[in-house]
Amino acid sequence: MIIDPSAEDRLDRAFSALADPVRRRIVARLSRGPATVNELAEPFEITKQAVSKHIQVLEQAGLVTRTRDAQRRPVHLDPAQLEAMTAWIDRYRLLHEEQYRRLDAVLEDMKKETRK
Amino acid sequence: MTNPLSVSAPEGLPFIDFEREFDAPVAAVFQAHKEPDLVKQWMGPRDYDTEIEIYDFQTGGRWRFVQRNQEGEEYAFNGVFHVVRENEFAIQTFEFEMFPEAVSIESLTFEDLGDGRSRVRGHATYPSLEARDGMVSGGMEGGMNDGYQRLDDLLTALVAETS
Repeated sequence: MIIDPSAEDRLDRAFSALADPVRRRIVARLSRGPATVNELAEPFEITKQAVSKHIQVLEQAGLVTRTRDAQRRPVHLDPAQLEAMTAWIDRYRLLHEEQYRRLDAVLEDMKKETRK
Repeated sequence: MTNPLSVSAPEGLPFIDFEREFDAPVAAVFQAHKEPDLVKQWMGPRDYDTEIEIYDFQTGGRWRFVQRNQEGEEYAFNGVFHVVRENEFAIQTFEFEMFPEAVSIESLTFEDLGDGRSRVRGHATYPSLEARDGMVSGGMEGGMNDGYQRLDDLLTALVAETS
């Protein structure tokens, strides 16, 4: 479907960046507005350095950007990449993936029923 | 461990193909597509209650179900089962009632893989590319009004996937 290979690479990077729970929580926090590294580090029991690393990964995946000039250098969400991830084909895939996982559970129940 | 779902949508053609394997015999997978009580448990988007009005999974049978979210919004879908062959094959039509007459035709092939495993292959044909892209996103986006709602959804799905 996606014929531009670099776009596909970027999408892969974004998906793997979001495979980490801490990074997902950072993105979820940023969806409510920009924040500094300090603010982002607050809810986590990890060092500021570790949070910085996570932000770097998100930055390389094109999910967030940092303002260069400002002293506080707040981190912003970059909606373009997220928009690309919510392309209809990915949404179709997620919806059906989820649906078929529920079907797996139904099939598992059916197996138990017949064993009784 | 779950079986991956592969989905492909060819450029410029209004088709969608998918393939998924199951750790269950083909008869069980077929049954889970046939019996409304089972269908209700897995079909449709999460967070939606599915009310099956009619679901007659046999050649010439009809189906219609309504999905409701917590806000009380309703989305209805209907179609006919053009042909159903037990444990093998089915063709059905699919209409999202918000976009009447943009009907897609979907075939499902059930395959026995031995060792209690099976595979389902699906092929959907839409009347146009717009219908393909629009029906999929329209069906799932109903009631969503800002981009971050979609983000939350995506993240929830990713969380569910990794947990």
